Amino acid sequence: MNINKIIPPKIAQKIMNGLFIASGLLTILILILVLGYVLVKGLPVVNLEFLLADPIDSGRAGGIFPMIISSIYVTAIAGIIATPLGIGAAIYIVEYANANRAVRLIRFGAEILASIPSIVYGLFGLAFFVVFLQFNWSVLSGGLILAIMALPTIFQVSEVTLSSIPSSYREGSYGLGASKWQTIYRVVVPAAIPGIVTGIILGMTRAISEAAAVMFSVGSALQTPISIFDPGRPLPLHLYTLATEGISLDNAYGTAAVLVIIVLVITIGTNLIVDRYQRKMTGG
Amino acid sequence: MNRIEVKDLNVYFGDAHILKNINTEIPKNTVTALIGPSGCGKSTFLRTINRMNDLIPSFRKEGDIILDEEDIYSPKYDVASLRKKVGMVFQKPNPFPKSIFENVAYGLKVHGIDDKDFLHQQVEESLKAAALWGEVEDKLDNSAMSLSGGQQQRLCIARTIANNPEVILMDEPCSALDPISTTKIEDLIHKLKNDYTIIIVTHNMQQATRVSKYTSFFLNGEIIESNLTDKLFIEPKVKKTEEYITGRFG
Ligand SMILES: Nc1ncnc2c1ncn2[C@@H]1O[C@H](COP(=O)(O)OP(=O)(O)O)[C@@H](O)[C@H]1O
Ligand SMILES: [Mg+2]
Repeated sequence: MNINKIIPPKIAQKIMNGLFIASGLLTILILILVLGYVLVKGLPVVNLEFLLADPIDSGRAGGIFPMIISSIYVTAIAGIIATPLGIGAAIYIVEYANANRAVRLIRFGAEILASIPSIVYGLFGLAFFVVFLQFNWSVLSGGLILAIMALPTIFQVSEVTLSSIPSSYREGSYGLGASKWQTIYRVVVPAAIPGIVTGIILGMTRAISEAAAVMFSVGSALQTPISIFDPGRPLPLHLYTLATEGISLDNAYGTAAVLVIIVLVITIGTNLIVDRYQRKMTGG
Repeated sequence: MNRIEVKDLNVYFGDAHILKNINTEIPKNTVTALIGPSGCGKSTFLRTINRMNDLIPSFRKEGDIILDEEDIYSPKYDVASLRKKVGMVFQKPNPFPKSIFENVAYGLKVHGIDDKDFLHQQVEESLKAAALWGEVEDKLDNSAMSLSGGQQQRLCIARTIANNPEVILMDEPCSALDPISTTKIEDLIHKLKNDYTIIIVTHNMQQATRVSKYTSFFLNGEIIESNLTDKLFIEPKVKKTEEYITGRFG
């Protein structure tokens, strides 16, 4: 039986074109729907006071300033720790380790780490950072858990990017008398920056959006954390509390809108910077 | 006077015996062409001279390569300084994804030079020596990737020259280029041969006769015949050489 007789190639082509366009449009539609809904519901409560004031009456009124600061704290701690570790591990795997057993173990480990549910990270953080290391409920404990969560993402994206750098760049560098380390930091890593930055941003946006991973470790304080040992309440956790405890659905949407805007600004902003860097690098 | 002496060189990749009993001398400030069919070991030979094969774990060699009376494989010989002295131009142009300026300044920076005026002066001189200056002088900050293939290859030559080498190894430097770019590179080689010892691998017999003074014919990891290029092409002494240059195999 000939498939061409059932559906002539030209018509099959048209059907497939239609399906591809439809799935593209549907993806964009879903994005607009979700973002639009959150922004339409949330933006009305967002004003300067909402951004800069402390919450009043558990968040029924007032603003979310301490939550913004908490989010910045935990995300920054996660980034400062996970970024060098993730990139370092990727450089080790790609540039130093010859595809041996240790390499496969590290890759496998990263895959497992990436697939563990965030609530499980939350429990581990409670046991390890809060109780065992006695960091207590603090933005430090929360940030450390988020670092572990962001690590596999940064590692995996960096590794893929570094592996895709043509070996002819490395040869050119060695051929001019550069050492391995010079070759890595002067040629290979700069060429991989766009990919590595994408990995960092993926890891960081995942970290800033987490409620479950930090709910047992960061505390639930309504005050602005000053030191890293102070408890805090990042935006997603605040949003979760406002919604589930029936405190204020309006302010939950407001918090969600702020969170979404932060993530959008980070993502779009870095994309623009990376694009410019890439154009400068490749002249394209 | 000989710049490079190769004595009883044998090269292995694991169990594979790639280069067999190579004995040859490469004279100073001349162009020596290496010809021979694919896979006969020309690139491997070239990469033994600047120790690029050190990067391949299964690489092993016997015999000596003497450059300016020094054994380049002796433990006290610094590989970085060897590769500064013996530059390499690859088959496919491989500029770094950096600006034109940064590409040429790369070797100097790697060897610890950061004086801005000196770098600028060296970059300009090297680009002039590589016959590229006029085409790029007002866009040194543009990416090297925006250049044409032929320009990229001349940039790679400039990058090598900036290191102030004595020897330049060229591994089929024109095989990825169009005829006009090829002519430009050949003209450049003519200009450079007064100041540098050049060893060029080529698949193109006409190119060998156009650019080189000496030619060595490689076959299955051995040098079958070495002679003045004119002699080797006009009256080859070995049957195999004659068969190869008349196009009967390879
Ligand atoms: N990294 C390597 N590992 C193992 N064998 C290699 C490697 N590089 C080259 N060879 C082998 O060495 C032989 C010579 O290769 P090469 O020097 O590239 O030849 P040519 O440049 O004359 O075409 C070939 O048989 C090739 O398969
Ligand atoms: Mg070759």
